[in-house]
Amino acid sequence: MAPTRPGAAVTFAGRSLRKSRPRYGERLIEVMLFAAALVSVVTTIGIVIAVAIPTEEFFRQISFTEFFTGTRWTPLFADPSYGVLPLVSATILITVIAMAVAIPLGVGAAIYLSEYAADRTRRVLKPALEVLAGVPTVVYGFFALKGITPFLRDIWPVGDGPAIFNALVAGFVMGIMIIPTVASLSEDAMSAVPRSLRDGAYALGSSKMLVATRVVVPAAVSGIVAAIVLGVSRAIGETMIVTVAAGGQANLSWNPLEGMLTMTAFIAQAGSGDVPTGSIDYKTIFAVASLLFVMTFALNLFSIRLVRKYREVYE
Amino acid sequence: MTTTIYRSSAPDTGVTTLRGSRRPRRELVFRLALQSALGIAVSFLGVLLAYVVWTGLPRLDADLLRNMPSTLRPETAGAQSAITGTLWVISLTALITVPIGVMSAIYLEEYADPTKWWNRVIDINIQNLAAVPSIVYGILGLGVIARGLGLGLTVLSAAITLSLLVLPVVIIAGREAIRAVPSSIRFGSLALGATQWQTIWKQVLPAAVPGTATGSILALSRAIGEAAPLLLLGALAYISFNPDGVLSQFTVLPVQIYDFIKQSREEFVPLASAAIVVLLVILLAMNSVAIYLRNKFQRRW
Repeated sequence: MAPTRPGAAVTFAGRSLRKSRPRYGERLIEVMLFAAALVSVVTTIGIVIAVAIPTEEFFRQISFTEFFTGTRWTPLFADPSYGVLPLVSATILITVIAMAVAIPLGVGAAIYLSEYAADRTRRVLKPALEVLAGVPTVVYGFFALKGITPFLRDIWPVGDGPAIFNALVAGFVMGIMIIPTVASLSEDAMSAVPRSLRDGAYALGSSKMLVATRVVVPAAVSGIVAAIVLGVSRAIGETMIVTVAAGGQANLSWNPLEGMLTMTAFIAQAGSGDVPTGSIDYKTIFAVASLLFVMTFALNLFSIRLVRKYREVYE
Repeated sequence: MTTTIYRSSAPDTGVTTLRGSRRPRRELVFRLALQSALGIAVSFLGVLLAYVVWTGLPRLDADLLRNMPSTLRPETAGAQSAITGTLWVISLTALITVPIGVMSAIYLEEYADPTKWWNRVIDINIQNLAAVPSIVYGILGLGVIARGLGLGLTVLSAAITLSLLVLPVVIIAGREAIRAVPSSIRFGSLALGATQWQTIWKQVLPAAVPGTATGSILALSRAIGEAAPLLLLGALAYISFNPDGVLSQFTVLPVQIYDFIKQSREEFVPLASAAIVVLLVILLAMNSVAIYLRNKFQRRW
């Protein structure tokens, strides 16, 4: 295509160098691209509307107090009860177990990859972590239920050991699944720490461990926290592992050896049946979903803000 | 590395020597702890893969590919409709999500003025969507796409749901690929009189294709493994026919695997494992293509 009217661009006095004719094609393309970018905004709006309307209808029938302070969750029973606390406590317990695995292992792996590993080692280990992140979660759930739990029940030294469906194994496996999330974001933050800080610490006689723990980690802390927050958000939202391995009965208990029902597992379990649109069961699914959405949305925004903060400091 | 300087929190303890006598033990312990963190993660992956292949071995046979899923005869049941369903859904997902994702990425990198609030909203919104739990997309699929738009449980509604799910990942990958193209290329093209779109179409996009393709394939491989949103759409298992169009009913591998796992008879364990192996092989193939593309076409500027 010819450049824009070469004559016009270089003409003499009195004529501006600016294009004299608008290019509608260029403008149209820009509008189309903008429309594509809006799809993601529409998605968010769609999600909000999709959960908000049935949730609002739900709360017309069930009181806030019953939902948020009730301790029995039996919405699909003949004598229904809508206390969401058992679902929330199960979600929190499993998330805590998962993070107890994912934080030390994920941050440890990140420190190793960023500060210790030779280039060659890193080139092998990073893809291995990516594979770990790429395994479908239903596979993790299967391994937890059919592989780890029976093994653990066999070797359990005292008492009855974990139930067939239990929070402990589900949480542990979920923690392993989250390691790559925590590790890769933390490593990004650590790599963004300027070399001069490390060199300064070495020049003052610091050992490698001191540089890692007293210089790099504190300097990267907002990025590491962002990684952990994102990990928590993933743990809260993870569905298939808990649906397969943590059980299907709501259970207000802090005993990780028992089975329990998380918010996501309830949504998956109730939603996969053929629930009539508009029924109270249908609205219940959406009420739990909006609670889940609000929790993860807040965590994600917090995490995004933290990442911006460290980018501003070092980039 | 001397012990004195090492205890930097208490600077006035006795003599300072510049010569480290030996590597302190806790340095070693620390290093070992870090290595075992990675070691645990990687060996877990190894054990998981070994377990799945080992338990699935008896059922990794031709029946698996030839027969339809069945609750009655797990010894000979297969997963054919789930495999074809997965291929249908993922192809359609690619057709929807890649163009929209690449277009969004071009807009955000080449046109958007980051000081304008709406562009910042789009940017933050995409980052946030990337971390929204997949089951919430299932809620969107159930409430809006399947029931609101009346698309029901079809290949199309599943593909739209999964497209929205992976769209942020595609956009982020596309943006990175576009950002990696140096500005000098753009300036050169603009200086020769090309318009902005000509510059993007003839210079920037060709250079960004490998990165975009790699990112898109990885995003699609995430979609292949998703079961939760499709469960909510009401995805059925044990479908006894292959999809024949975008409005056909279907099942996909992760959903079928989930239903195999739910069965109580022991014979379903090897069947579930074997189906998992098939799923992992598909994922492995896609990832290999992605890595191949990255290595073959990646340009250093």
